[in-house]
Amino acid sequence: MAHPLEVRIISRRFGLPNSASIDTFLAHQGYEALRKALKMTPEAIIEEMKKSALRGRGGAGFPAGLKWGFVPRQSPRPRYVVCNADEGEPGTCKDRPLMEYDPHQLIEGILIAGLAVDSHQGFIYIRGEYRYLIDIMDRAIEEARGRGFLGKNILGSGFDFELATHTGAGSYECGEESALLESLEGKRGVPRIRPPFPAVAGLYQCPTVLNNVETYAAVPAIILNGGDWYHKLGTPKNGGTRLFALSGHVSRPGVYELPLGMPLRQMIYEVGGGIRGGRQLKAVIPGGSSTPVLTPEHLDVPMDFDSVAKAGSFLGSGGVIVMDEDTCMVKVALRLTEFYQHESCGWCLPCREGTLWLRKLLARFHAGAGVNADIGRAGELAENMLGHTFCPLGDAAAMPVISIVKQFRHEFEQHLNGRCPFEAKGARA
Amino acid sequence: MTAAPGTLLIEAARRAGIEIPAFCYYPGLSLQAACRMCLVEIEKAPKLQTACTVPVSEGMVVRTNTPKVHDARRSMLEFLLTNHPLDCPVCDKGGECELQDMVFRYGASFSRFREEKRHTDEEKWSPVVYYDGPRCILCYRCVRVCNEGMDVSALAIVNRGGRTLIGPNAGGHLDCEQCGMCIDICPVGALTSGSYRHQARPWELHYVPTICTHCGDGCKTTLSVRNNRVLRGNNRDQSGINGEFLCIKGRYAFDFLHHPERLTQPLVRQEGKLVPATWAQALRAVAARFRQLLEQGSAFGIIGSNHAGNETAYLLQKFARAGLRTNNIDHHRTADYAALIAALARSGVRPADRLAGSRDLLTARAVLLIGNNPTEQHPLLAWNMRTNVRLNKGRLYVVNHRAIKLERQATATLRIEEGRAGALLDFLAGQTTAGQPPALQPWNEFRDRLRAESDLLVVFGDEIKGDGIARLVAFGNTLGGVTRYIALGDYNNSRGASDMGLLPGSLPGYAPVEDAVVRARFEAEWNVTLPPGPGLALDEMIAAAGDGRLGALYVVGANPLKRYNLNAGSSFLVVQDMFLTETARQADVVLPAAAVYEVNGTVTNTCGELQRIRQALGTNGPRADLEIIGLIAKETGISLGPVGSEEVFDEIRRLVNGYNVAMAGLAAGEAVPTAPADGRDASLGRPDLVHSSGDTLFTSGTLGQYSDMLEAVRRH
Repeated sequence: MAHPLEVRIISRRFGLPNSASIDTFLAHQGYEALRKALKMTPEAIIEEMKKSALRGRGGAGFPAGLKWGFVPRQSPRPRYVVCNADEGEPGTCKDRPLMEYDPHQLIEGILIAGLAVDSHQGFIYIRGEYRYLIDIMDRAIEEARGRGFLGKNILGSGFDFELATHTGAGSYECGEESALLESLEGKRGVPRIRPPFPAVAGLYQCPTVLNNVETYAAVPAIILNGGDWYHKLGTPKNGGTRLFALSGHVSRPGVYELPLGMPLRQMIYEVGGGIRGGRQLKAVIPGGSSTPVLTPEHLDVPMDFDSVAKAGSFLGSGGVIVMDEDTCMVKVALRLTEFYQHESCGWCLPCREGTLWLRKLLARFHAGAGVNADIGRAGELAENMLGHTFCPLGDAAAMPVISIVKQFRHEFEQHLNGRCPFEAKGARA
Repeated sequence: MTAAPGTLLIEAARRAGIEIPAFCYYPGLSLQAACRMCLVEIEKAPKLQTACTVPVSEGMVVRTNTPKVHDARRSMLEFLLTNHPLDCPVCDKGGECELQDMVFRYGASFSRFREEKRHTDEEKWSPVVYYDGPRCILCYRCVRVCNEGMDVSALAIVNRGGRTLIGPNAGGHLDCEQCGMCIDICPVGALTSGSYRHQARPWELHYVPTICTHCGDGCKTTLSVRNNRVLRGNNRDQSGINGEFLCIKGRYAFDFLHHPERLTQPLVRQEGKLVPATWAQALRAVAARFRQLLEQGSAFGIIGSNHAGNETAYLLQKFARAGLRTNNIDHHRTADYAALIAALARSGVRPADRLAGSRDLLTARAVLLIGNNPTEQHPLLAWNMRTNVRLNKGRLYVVNHRAIKLERQATATLRIEEGRAGALLDFLAGQTTAGQPPALQPWNEFRDRLRAESDLLVVFGDEIKGDGIARLVAFGNTLGGVTRYIALGDYNNSRGASDMGLLPGSLPGYAPVEDAVVRARFEAEWNVTLPPGPGLALDEMIAAAGDGRLGALYVVGANPLKRYNLNAGSSFLVVQDMFLTETARQADVVLPAAAVYEVNGTVTNTCGELQRIRQALGTNGPRADLEIIGLIAKETGISLGPVGSEEVFDEIRRLVNGYNVAMAGLAAGEAVPTAPADGRDASLGRPDLVHSSGDTLFTSGTLGQYSDMLEAVRRH
C-alpha cells in the first residue's frame, strides 16, 4: 500500500495484478518511452537525461546523463550497456521490487540507454542470491523479444538490441562497477585500476554504460514526461524521486518512493511510523551500511545527496537503517565490520588486513576483553584504511566505525568493565 | 624533473634517485596497485595516490616525503605485519627480505597487533617450490611472472579477503616449467627453493657470478657458495643478458658438482679394469703412449667439448694441430655456425652485421622462428621472444613441423612436414612455387606476411644446416632492411667450440686449414708447420679408432660413445671428464676434470656473445681441462706456450677472427658480441653431423643425468 507521502513514479505499477507481465506493462504506458526515444536523436535523449538531474542510484550519485555523454559513440569498438543489479549493500533492498514487480520498466530503461550510446548488447548482472529474480527477468526478456521490443529491428526502427542476464556468485565486491565487469568477463571479482573508466574502457575494454537498476528504471518516465518534469520532483541538484529502504527499529519498515530532499524526521516518524515501542532514536545509517551514522541532532537534514553529505554522511544507496536507544553501538560497529571483513575481496592490503584486524579487535572488545587503548586503536585502524584502499569498500568499512567511535565513545567505555551493558538489558542489535 | 610522456610516477622518481617503496609494482609486469606502499601526495588530488598507476604529467607536483605519506607507509607495513610471522631469525629470507628492509626503513618500531594470527601449513608444490602462506604478502608478483612472463599460468589467487592465498592451478602441486621465477621474484620468504631452503644465512655465503653451464643461451647465474659447496643459483641482481630470467637449469642444476659419482682421481686401465691412479701415474701413462705414437708417426684423433670454455677449446685444437700434428679434431656440432658464417660471407654481407644478439630478440620488430622448440631448448631466448611480443609489440612468425608453445605468441604460424624446411626456404626466396593446392595457400600467405616485414630476425634450429643455410640467407636477402640471424646450438659453449676451431677443416675463427696464407699466420705464431689438409670428422675418427687407423683418441668433455660404437681396445683412448660416462668407461686412462663452475675463462653463447666464467669452487682431485691439456703436453714434450686461462685468452683475442674484443666490458661481466669476419670455410660439408640433442627443460645431455634436481623434477 502506498503511503500518502510517496510520489510513485518508478514504483507506480507495483501492486497491479500481474505487474511483472508485459501485458500489464503495456496497459500502463509500457514501452511508450521507447517508442518516443526511437524517434529522438541520441543527443536529445542524453540532453533529457541531463535535464532530469538524475543521479546514479547505486550509491555514488554520479549524474547519469553526464555518464552517458562520456561514451564515445564513434568508437570502432562495440558499446555495451550493463545494469548493476548486484544489490548487496546491507539495508538496501530497492532493486529487488523494481525487478520483481516491474521488470519491463528496467528493460525499457536499458533499451533507451542502448539507443543513447548506439549499443546493441546489454547485460543485467544480478546478485546470485536473487535467484528468483533471475527467472523473472529472463521471462520478461523473452516476452519483450516475443513482442519485438528486443532483438533485430526493434519496432521496425532498424535498431537492434540484445539483452542477457548474468548471475553473480555471492560477492559483495562485485557490486563495485569495475569488479562487476571483471566478474561479467568471467574473471575473479576484483576491482580494476581506474582510469580508464567504463565509459571509455569497460566490458571487454569497450565503451560501456554502467548504471544501477533504479537509475535505468527512472529513464522511461524521464523520456515520457521530460527531464524538467522529473527534475522538479526533487531538489535543484537532486532530480526526481528515489526508493528508500527504511529498516531497523521503525514501526513500518519498507521500501518507499519519496522525493529527494524529504527531511529525515518526516521519513522516520511519518513514513516509517516512528520508533517501535515508542523508544527513543539513537542513530541512523542514512544510505546503506557503508555510510557514517547520523544522530538525533541530524533529524532535520533533507534526504538528498548534498544535504546528507553536508551533515557528514552519504545518501548512498538509500538504505535507511534506524537504531533505537537500546542498540549497542559497539555491537553495531562489530556487525558492520564482520560484514566488510567477510566481503573484502582481499585484493589490496589495507582492506584485507585492516578489516580483519578491526573485526578481531571489536569482537574481543565487545566480548569484554577490551582495554582503554583499544577504543582509540579501533578508530586509528579505520583511519589507516580510509582513503588508502584500492576501491571504496575499504572506505565503506572504515567510515561507519570511525563515526561510531567518535560519536559513541562513551558506549565503548561502558564495555570496559567486562560485559556489554546492552546485552544485559536484552538489546537487539 | 622531466620524464617521457606515459612514464609512471614511481619509475620517474626512481630514475631521479627518489625511492618510492613498493611491493606489488614490478617493472614489466601488469599493474596491481594492491600493496598501497607507493601512496604519495599529488597536488590537487584529494586522496593519496598510488605512484605505480599514475603517469607523470606536465607541471605535476608530487610529495613523497611528507608526514601524511610516511604515516600511510607505516600503517601499510603495520597491516602487513599483522599476520606475517615475526620470526625473521628462522625465516629462509631473513637478511635479503624486502619486507624486512622496508620495515627497517619505513616501519614502526613496535607492534600494536594483539589478536590471533591466521595460520596455514606450509605446502610443497614441487621438488623446487615450497609455499608458506602466512608469510605471503599477496603482491601477486609470482602469479604475474608465471602468467605474463612465462606464459605458464601455473599459479593463481585462491580464496578471498583475509583468507586469500596463492595456489597452484593444478591443485596442490605445480604443473609447470619449474623455472623458479616465482621464488626469486617473491619479496618475502613465502616461496622458497627446494634445494636451498633452510640451508644457510645469506650473509655467510660467497656469491660468484658466472655463466650457466647448460644450454646455449648463456644466462648469468650467481652461485651462492659456502664451504666449497654451491647452495643455490639465481640472478637476483639481474645483471646478466638474462635480466631477471633463469630457468630450472640455471637455478637448480648445479648439483652435479657434488654428485657422488663425480670422478675425483685418475683411473688407469690395468688388466682390463680401470683402477685409481695418482695424477703423476696417469699423466705419465698418457704421455708415454702419446710420445711413442708420435715417434711411430701414428695418427691421433681429438674430440672436444661443448661445455668447456673457449680457452680449453682453443688450447685443445692447438695441442692437436701444433703438438699432435693432426687436423683430426671435431666436437658434437649442435648448430651449423660455420655454414651460417660462410653463407653470409659468400652472399656479400659482413657476417658481423647479420648475427643478432640475444637481447635483439627483445626489440626486433619481427622474428621468424624456424624449427627448434626454444621453450624447452632455449628458455632465455623463448622468454625474450615472448617479452618482445608482450611488451614491445614485436611480431613472431613460427615455422615448425610440430606444435610448439611459442605459437601462442605468434602472429602467424606455418606447420610443415618434417624435413621440408629446405623446400620452404626455396619457396620463401621465390625460387619455386608451392606446388598444388592446398599447400599453396598457407605458404603463399605466410610468404606475403614475411615480405611485408623488414629487418627480420631469423632464429633457426638444426632443421636448417649446410646448404639449407645458404638457402635461408638467400631468402633473407630478398627481404627489406637488414635480415639478421641466430643459429640455435645446444650447450653453453657450442658456439665457442666451433669458433675456436674444434672442426677438422677449420682453424680458429673459421679459417680454412687448406689456405696456406691462413696456416702461415698460425705457423708463425705457434712456430710449427701445420698439417695442410682437413682432418677426420667425429664419426670418421671413431670409425678409424675402431679399426686401428688411429693410434689414440683423446676425448675432452664429450661423450661420443653414447651415440657411436667403438671397438674396444683397438686404439688408446684417453677421456677427460667429470663422470664415468659411456665414453670414459671404455677409456684406457680417465682424467677427472673440473666443471665450468670450477674454472675461470670465457664462453660464447649461441648468439656469439662472449662472457666470463668465474671459478666458484676449488677442486680436490679434479683439475681444470686447460691445466690437464697443458700437463699432458708438457709430459709429452710438446711446448704449447703459457697455458693459464688469461694467457690463452690473450692469444685467442690476438689470433681468432672476431674475438679481438674490448676487455673492459668483458671484465665487468658484460656480454660482448664477437664478430667473426672470415667465413670462407665452406668445405666442411657433413651437415649430417650437425644435430641437436633435443634437450628438454629437464634434461641436459650427459651432464643432466647427474643432476638429482632435474631427475626429481622429471619424476614429479
